[in-house]
Amino acid sequence: MSEAAATPREPDEVGVPNPFDYMHPVLKDNFGNWDWHDRPRPGVLHHVSKDGTEVWTVRAGTQRQMDVYTIRTLCDIGDKFAEGHVRFTTRANIEYMVSKEEMVDPLIEALTAEGFPIGGTGNSISMVSHTQGWLHCDIPGTDASGVVKGLMDMVHDDFIKEEMPNRVRITTSCCQINCGGQGDIAINVQYTKPPKINHDLVSATCERPSVVARCPVAAIRPAMVNGKPSLEVDEKKCICCGACYPPCPPMQINGEESTKLAIWVGGKHSNARTKPTFHKLVVANLPNNAPHWPEVNEIVKKILVCYKENARDWERMGEWIERIGWPRFFEMTELAFTHHHLDTWTGARNTMNMSTHIHF
Amino acid sequence: MANNSHHETPNLDQLEAGPWPSFVTGLKRLRDTKGAQYAPMMNDLLGQLEHSYQKKMGFWKGGTVSVFGYGGGIIPRFSEVAKDYPASKEFHTLRIMPPPGNHYTTDLLRNMCDIWEEHGSGLIAFHGQSGDIMFQGCTTENTQKAFDALNKIGFDLGGAGPALRTAMSCVGHARCEMSCYDEQKAHREIINEFLDEMHRPALPYKFKFKFSGCPNDCVNAIHRADFAVIGTWRDDMKVDQVEVKKYVKEVGRKYVIDSVIAMCPTRALSLNDDDTLEVDNKSCVRCMHCLNVMNKALSPGDDKGASILMGGKRSLKVGDLMGTVIKPFIKLDTDEDYEELVEFAGECIDFFADNALEHERIGETIDRVGLPSFLEAIEVDPDPNMVNHPRTSSYVRTDDFTDEADKYFERKAREAGLTVAAE
Repeated sequence: MSEAAATPREPDEVGVPNPFDYMHPVLKDNFGNWDWHDRPRPGVLHHVSKDGTEVWTVRAGTQRQMDVYTIRTLCDIGDKFAEGHVRFTTRANIEYMVSKEEMVDPLIEALTAEGFPIGGTGNSISMVSHTQGWLHCDIPGTDASGVVKGLMDMVHDDFIKEEMPNRVRITTSCCQINCGGQGDIAINVQYTKPPKINHDLVSATCERPSVVARCPVAAIRPAMVNGKPSLEVDEKKCICCGACYPPCPPMQINGEESTKLAIWVGGKHSNARTKPTFHKLVVANLPNNAPHWPEVNEIVKKILVCYKENARDWERMGEWIERIGWPRFFEMTELAFTHHHLDTWTGARNTMNMSTHIHF
Repeated sequence: MANNSHHETPNLDQLEAGPWPSFVTGLKRLRDTKGAQYAPMMNDLLGQLEHSYQKKMGFWKGGTVSVFGYGGGIIPRFSEVAKDYPASKEFHTLRIMPPPGNHYTTDLLRNMCDIWEEHGSGLIAFHGQSGDIMFQGCTTENTQKAFDALNKIGFDLGGAGPALRTAMSCVGHARCEMSCYDEQKAHREIINEFLDEMHRPALPYKFKFKFSGCPNDCVNAIHRADFAVIGTWRDDMKVDQVEVKKYVKEVGRKYVIDSVIAMCPTRALSLNDDDTLEVDNKSCVRCMHCLNVMNKALSPGDDKGASILMGGKRSLKVGDLMGTVIKPFIKLDTDEDYEELVEFAGECIDFFADNALEHERIGETIDRVGLPSFLEAIEVDPDPNMVNHPRTSSYVRTDDFTDEADKYFERKAREAGLTVAAE
């Protein structure tokens, strides 16, 4: 460090790199000139440009957090069975582009032989978009990569096939900030108890006014505790959201038993058919039983089966529920509807049924 | 704990079976690499992760680590249980910006692997939720060395903290027929213009750009970006009636009616008796459904550009917000069009820097000051495409309504190429 600090290297602030330096030549040559595409089989895309040039893409699932050996194996396959160019999707799938149709099958064989599932295209369940969890986050309520591995094992068959009514996007988040994002199904940490405060550490660790300001329900106030400046929480007001924990780690929101999981459904980012939607709560208070989340996975599976069997072609999860109605959804999935499903936050009234449109 | 003995990992071991690729197997490969500088670190990392699985708690804390000339971009992680897992006591992440569209050559990936084996843990995530390549697991001492090596091959740090953040763009122009503008050009021109806001954090809170080539919005821009640029078009969609007929023949009339015509959100489609398609383009909202389903028959029009939506974010602190329409349509054809977009993005960042409260995202700021004030500040005229419907509350002072209406008609006249009396 001392040597580096003594003669620091001036950084070259290059910013966002130029993708043309790495892009497959067929993609580069036909940039902005594509005409249509089809999917010869699950996991394979076939794009045709306006002048008739074709490119095939083989998509495979990865573990996202990859060791260099995995990456080099993917590179070896890319050199031997593809054309040395790859890209990653927003859901951490790897894509190999090839200019010749006959390269597709050997490429699929090579990827399959190394354990990379081919799929994630069209009406499949693609890779779960997830967070860092216990591996790297400073405020996680659960793990991410591990439980996601378990989930993907469970839905593997629907990753490699395209048999769902429409695409299914699952997300997980290891706290209520929800870095995993919106999903057809979202599995998110839901805290159930107010923070446990280590008053000895608060004044030295936390900028108290910003912590007070961070609380969405004004439940935190400065206080002297045991003769030291600290913070206290009005536990009757506290909604256990965990917003105070990142700026003030002595306000521990996680607990071995109190950190629970909730399942949300019906989020959608695309503008196709209906406008984008946020996901909605369906069940909370599920145990954080990593590594396999059996209680969570059982319900996720149930929801997926109901959707697969009952939704019409092209209906996303939320659109299917919109059509059949929430009463039928809760009945079909055998889940409970409670007062916790009634929104109490800003704009809650807009989520209520202001009509006599009733499902019987 | 001696580094040559492996931690027991009964919970993690369960994640090695099953058909999906296992990151645990990967971590173990790194742990078992004889002579590698990172092997002891990965053994202790596995130990700490297993400890988390047993205690159901995380054991990392943040801190301050940066590289020369930068204030952000490194996610510092110090172990709270370093006593038991000393080799991974520092396990920082370097957020590195990928090329837009996430294109790589195998040579580049191998190069990155070599750098990360020398200076880091050997664990890389493609990509994090922020859109960065995450080089995970670096000591404080090696952070500068790893950055220098990555910087020398043309890569730079992304954003973290209250700063401009790493952007994301879809595959777009590179391999998608729906793409309505050059996403990577918009992405690079905006971010590279404001790198100072990314690398030396001084904004009230984070500010994110995302670029989707069409309303399918493959990078979740409306949900997750403060500034979403989403491709669309203004003229009529293109219909190849021969392909329409072929499609109808292939899947049947009932299927086309149920799955395409009836699913149009604005009832803009009709199937003619001869199995050709009639489109009411004035009613169409470019939702993409029929184009997605009848991909070969239907395409975006020629008068392409983008919509800009602002204010998307997740829960903290007021609750979820989606981006709302700020510019219904901008052209993105010429270099000047892109320069104008960059300039507008700059105005929005300036507004955010000057007006947002600490830890407030721009969607919250807009809600707090009201959309009219925001529009006035960024000099954008109100447009009915910004709303689901006009206001329903009568609690508003309207004594300058007539003047405002005059301005609207003047604007409309100018747009139509007419001479305005006042000029």
